[in-house]
Amino acid sequence: MTAALEPISELKLEGITKRFPGVLACDDISLQVRRGEVLALVGENGAGKTTLMNIIMGLYRPDSGTLSVNGEAVHFRAPGDAYARGIGMVHQHFMLVPNMTVAENLALGLKELHHFLRLDIKGAARKIREISERYELPVNPDAYIWQLSVGEQQRVELVKTLCLGARLLILDEPTSALTPQETDDLIERLQRMTSELAIIFISHKLNEVKALSDRVSILRHGAVVFNGQTANHEPSELAALMTGHDVTLPRNEGSGLQGKPLLSVKNLCVRGDRGNLVLNGLDLELRAGEVLGVAGVSGNGQREFADALAGLRPAESGEILFEGRNLANKTPREIIDAGMGYVPEDRQTEGIVPSFSVKDNLILKDFGSRQFSTMSFLKRHEIDRNAELLKESFDVRCPSTSTATGSLSGGNIQKVILAREIARGPKALVAVYPTRGIDMGAQEFIHSQLLDRRREGIGIILISEELEEVMNLSDRIAVIYKGKILKVLPAVEATRERLGILMAGLADTDPPPTPAVAALPPAGATHE
Amino acid sequence: MNKQKVVYAGTVIVTFSFIAALLVALVLLAIGASPLQTFKTILTGPLSDVFGVTEVLVRSVPLLLVGLGIAISFRSGIINIGAEGQIQMGVIASTAVALALPGLPRIYLLPLVLMAGALAGALWGGIAGWLRARLQVNEILSTVMLNYIAAQIYTYLLRGPMLDPNELEMGSGTPQSMRLPDAVILDYLVPGTRLHTGLILALVAAILVWILLWKTTLGFRMRAAGAGAKAARYAGIPVEKYLVVAMLFAGGFAGLAGAVEVTGVHHRAIEGISSGYGFAGIVVALFGALHPGGIIFSAAFFGVLLIGADMTQRTARVPANMVLVLQGVIILAIVSAQSFLRNPYAQERLLRWLQGLLPAALRSRRGAKP
Repeated sequence: MTAALEPISELKLEGITKRFPGVLACDDISLQVRRGEVLALVGENGAGKTTLMNIIMGLYRPDSGTLSVNGEAVHFRAPGDAYARGIGMVHQHFMLVPNMTVAENLALGLKELHHFLRLDIKGAARKIREISERYELPVNPDAYIWQLSVGEQQRVELVKTLCLGARLLILDEPTSALTPQETDDLIERLQRMTSELAIIFISHKLNEVKALSDRVSILRHGAVVFNGQTANHEPSELAALMTGHDVTLPRNEGSGLQGKPLLSVKNLCVRGDRGNLVLNGLDLELRAGEVLGVAGVSGNGQREFADALAGLRPAESGEILFEGRNLANKTPREIIDAGMGYVPEDRQTEGIVPSFSVKDNLILKDFGSRQFSTMSFLKRHEIDRNAELLKESFDVRCPSTSTATGSLSGGNIQKVILAREIARGPKALVAVYPTRGIDMGAQEFIHSQLLDRRREGIGIILISEELEEVMNLSDRIAVIYKGKILKVLPAVEATRERLGILMAGLADTDPPPTPAVAALPPAGATHE
Repeated sequence: MNKQKVVYAGTVIVTFSFIAALLVALVLLAIGASPLQTFKTILTGPLSDVFGVTEVLVRSVPLLLVGLGIAISFRSGIINIGAEGQIQMGVIASTAVALALPGLPRIYLLPLVLMAGALAGALWGGIAGWLRARLQVNEILSTVMLNYIAAQIYTYLLRGPMLDPNELEMGSGTPQSMRLPDAVILDYLVPGTRLHTGLILALVAAILVWILLWKTTLGFRMRAAGAGAKAARYAGIPVEKYLVVAMLFAGGFAGLAGAVEVTGVHHRAIEGISSGYGFAGIVVALFGALHPGGIIFSAAFFGVLLIGADMTQRTARVPANMVLVLQGVIILAIVSAQSFLRNPYAQERLLRWLQGLLPAALRSRRGAKP
């Protein structure tokens, strides 16, 4: 338990097996990672990645198998034991107290700063400066967490973990909340850090895996199905191994048949949570049978735009004309009844009631309809039938339709939401970050569902910051910047680079843009 | 299906019951009473004869009614601490109606009186609901404050406008209303005891609440608003409206409890008629897992505790207020047990520890098998 042990140079897992009731979460897993090396751990949701990491951190104990550090067997009983041997984890959801400074957050976890009646905040700040210089992770120890962008908070987490003595870092989907720019930045910094560290990088974004890792291990159903050098394998190959079948994300083969205008947003102005005008004269037109991608760095008004479309945020001025009828400032119910479908950004709290069963969530919008109730009594039989039907046709994987929806994986929750929204037969569908944090298999399913609906003549607004997704699915792409649509361009004309420039707020037709650095969104703009 | 989970839940519940009992035992030791003797009296004393059982049920009736209302409000995402005041408003309204219309036949007057009580409680609760929905006033604060206001109104009315004229004449001045007309007095279920037909009313109410919450669209809306306000809003459910509706129900049940107390037990409005049922009802609802079936059971259990505590005062010289300590400890035990039940890591650790407790011989045999 002393910190004076030699620095970690190798972590080895041999035959790790962990069984939960009815599930073999880890099945005889053997892995190895050395200093100077990045091991990518890839697998779909539920493949056992998180369980395995919890075993390494001492939160779970394996049923069998051994962990060894520098060739010496170890038994961790709590994360503190893992840190004592130089292993630290950065969780997917940040573990920071927003109304404390960076230094105070570090001091929370560092016992050596706690003196009798005195907390050595200056010592914490000194330590942070030292680490952040050494690893080139600029962090201001005196900044409050709430002032920082998501990308900066990510850096704080990294610095914190390093300050706590970790030299083997486990990064659990570190890019899931970052913008594309922040992601590139993080990966670049991590690459520079690897010489002194060992990193286990958990992700299912294969281009990031490709960019960062030296070796890759793929988990499926709790077992390692593949070990290899990242450089020798194409992302598509890895995707197939991860899901167990070939994955080809469907593409919109834009036949160009676009219907009549369905929804037209005119000069929409909406205030944000802090009372400032976040949408400032937004214009947009959606036609029937098209996917209109809305691309932009998060925090440029996407959330407020989506809320206004759903009737959850008042429109200061402007119109939302849906088939000629103004829906601005109507109640959510009226908007739903007009034929708008909605896949909200935060599926856990906005898309479903987590404690409700799958079948109840499937009727969350329609429990009052004649199909599911008579004289305000619920028709349980019909609700069960509907649930079984949708579970089948949308491939929702749940033990039963009475299971609490919140206990399902993100992909399956999203399928529940999509099933509900599509089964209602909407005329237009607003999908906000529909595949954020979802594994490839579910992503493929959701994409092809959206394209199928497009073919049926539904107009779809796809709000996303995954350029790949927007470019694959859209007929036209609108770039949103500071609450306005900067430009709408046909998807065939869009390239990653061109969209990137537009998303940074630069007009792409203008002669030489000012240095790109100045055009990056200010810190805080990405705050949610 | 999930054996480990059952083992875990069982262990946690047993452990926390044990800790709760231990804490109470410490308090009892501190006041110089014998814990075992006291526990025995509390738990077995009330059930040792028919009279005791009927008294337990008399106490259970208001607890059940209040608990049902609390369950509706908690399930709908609004925390009602104001049942105490809502009971008193129910007592006032039902007494006033009964005394104002003494000539009406029972078949009209009794329902009218009960409804007046429920309505007054509902309005009193509705105020807090409206304040929360419209002005975002925290309902815990507003309901507690409304309790004080209700208590003052109640005291004023009983000492002034509603005071029994006989009390003035006799000069005794006990703050109580006139006796209610016979037409509104509830019948006794067991002759010679105080057990009244309010028990049947409360049990029927429990069934109706179950139907309301799980079989109707209104219940679906309220539960959705309570369990996931954001998702409910996205689904077009006006959450704020159902906060008010939930408080109307919660207050209504508390008011009904008041009306039943006055028509079934006391037959006139007296001071201290709510006797803490409003607060105990919260514990009853939580202990009954906010489910009508569970609340029937827990109302009976707390009835036993209340009567048992009275008995210990007489036999073991332990103050009856001990029951408040019991309630507090039970709330703490429930809340902390729930936080444990929700923590998967704690489950893992506990099961690991339990396995460690298995006799070594057993373990080695299991290990030797493969």
